[in-house]
Amino acid sequence: MASMRDIKRRKGSIQSTQQITKAMKLVSTVKLQRAKQNAEKSGNYFHCMFDTVNSILKKTGSLDHKYLKSGASGRKAVIVITSNRGLAGGYNSNVIKLITRGELAGEDLIIYAVGKKGREALQRQYEVRADYSDVIEEPVYADAMVISRDVLEGFSRGEISEIYLAYTAFKNTVVHIPTLLKLLPVAINKEPEAAGEGEETSVSDDRAPMNFEPEDEEALNLLIPKYITSLIYGGMIEAVASENGARMQAMDSATSNAEEMIENLTLLYNRARQGSITQELTEIIAGANAIS
Amino acid sequence: MADNNLFTLRIITPERVFYEGEVSMVEFNTTEGEIGIYKKHVPTTVIVSPGIMTITEAEGTKVAALHAGFAEILQDKVIILAEIIEWPEEIDVERAKAAKNRAEERIRSKTPETDLMRAETALQRALARIHVIG
Repeated sequence: MASMRDIKRRKGSIQSTQQITKAMKLVSTVKLQRAKQNAEKSGNYFHCMFDTVNSILKKTGSLDHKYLKSGASGRKAVIVITSNRGLAGGYNSNVIKLITRGELAGEDLIIYAVGKKGREALQRQYEVRADYSDVIEEPVYADAMVISRDVLEGFSRGEISEIYLAYTAFKNTVVHIPTLLKLLPVAINKEPEAAGEGEETSVSDDRAPMNFEPEDEEALNLLIPKYITSLIYGGMIEAVASENGARMQAMDSATSNAEEMIENLTLLYNRARQGSITQELTEIIAGANAIS
Repeated sequence: MADNNLFTLRIITPERVFYEGEVSMVEFNTTEGEIGIYKKHVPTTVIVSPGIMTITEAEGTKVAALHAGFAEILQDKVIILAEIIEWPEEIDVERAKAAKNRAEERIRSKTPETDLMRAETALQRALARIHVIG
C-alpha cells in the first residue's frame, strides 16, 4: 500500500486539476451562452439568404453558370473549421475524421484551415493553402468575406473544382454534429441540411413571380459569393458554439472523474492512517508488555 | 386610411436584426441606380450598392448608411439582407474621412496592380458614411 504521504500528495494534485477543469467548465458555459445567442441572432439572416438563393436557383435552374457546375479540372478544396485549443473532447478529431475517413478520403485536397488544431492535424497529409486560425476566436462577418473571396478566386481560376465546408453543426447544447457541406457548385433545388440553424427552411411557392435586377445571371454572380460567405459565417458561428459546448461537456466529465478519484483516495488515505495508528498502538502495547 | 400605405420593412444583418417596422417608403441605391419603394411594388430582388438609405416612417424619417447586401421586395414586405449597414451615430467620422482620402489617393495614383473596383467601392462607402452624418 502506498504511504500516507504519497496518497496525500496525489490527492492534492488531483484536487488542483479539478479546480482547473471546474474553472474551464464555467468559462465555456459562459462562452457557450454568448455563442448560442449569436447563433440564434444570425439565424434569421441565413433563413432569408436560403429562401432567396433557392428561389432564384429554382427559376434559373437550367442556367449555364460557372458557379453551378464543377470545374473541369482542379482539385477539391475544404474549409476546415476547428478550434485553436484542445481539451474539448472529440470536437476537433471528429471534424478531422470527416475529411480523412469520409467520402473525400484519399483525394488530393486543398485545405483552408480555420483553427490551429485542424491545421496541425491535416498539414502532414494535405496541402494547407491558407490559415485563418485567428478568426475563430471571435468570428465576425468580415472574416468570412475574406475566406470566401479567397476560395472563390481559386474556383474562378480553375484551380479548385469543388468547395466543401467541414464544421461542427450546433444542434443543441449537448448534440453537435460534424458536418461536411458542399458549397460550390451550388446544388440546385437541394437544400443543404444543417446549415444556418440546422432546421428546415421552406420556400413558399405561392408567391408572385420574382423579378431580378440586374438580370438573372448577373444577379447570381453577385449573390452566390454572398451566399457562400453567409454559409461560412454561419459555420464559424455554429462551430464556436459547438466548441464551447464540447469543452463544457469534456470538462464536466473531467471534474466528476476527479471527484470520484478524490473519493477513492480519501478512502485509501483514511485506511492507511487507521493502519498506521493500529500499528503504532500494537508497537506501544508490545513494548509495554516487554518491559513489565 | 393612412395605414394602407404602410408595409413591413425588415433589415437583417448577419449579427442582428437591424430594423423592423412599418414604413411608408424606403429609398436606397442599387446596382441599377437609386430606387424608392412604396407599398405594392412589383416583386423584385435587387443588389445593393453603397449609399444612403432613407426610411420614411409614419412619423418622420430615418437615415442609415447601407453598404452591401441585397433586397427582396414583395408587395407588402421588404427584406433587406445587409452585409454592412450603420446608423449615423455608429459611424466614426474621422475614420470615414481618412478612408475617403486613402481611396481617392489610390484612384489618382493608380498603377496596373491597383484594384480599381475595390478602391472605388471603398470611396463610395466612405462618401456614404460622410453624407449620412453631414
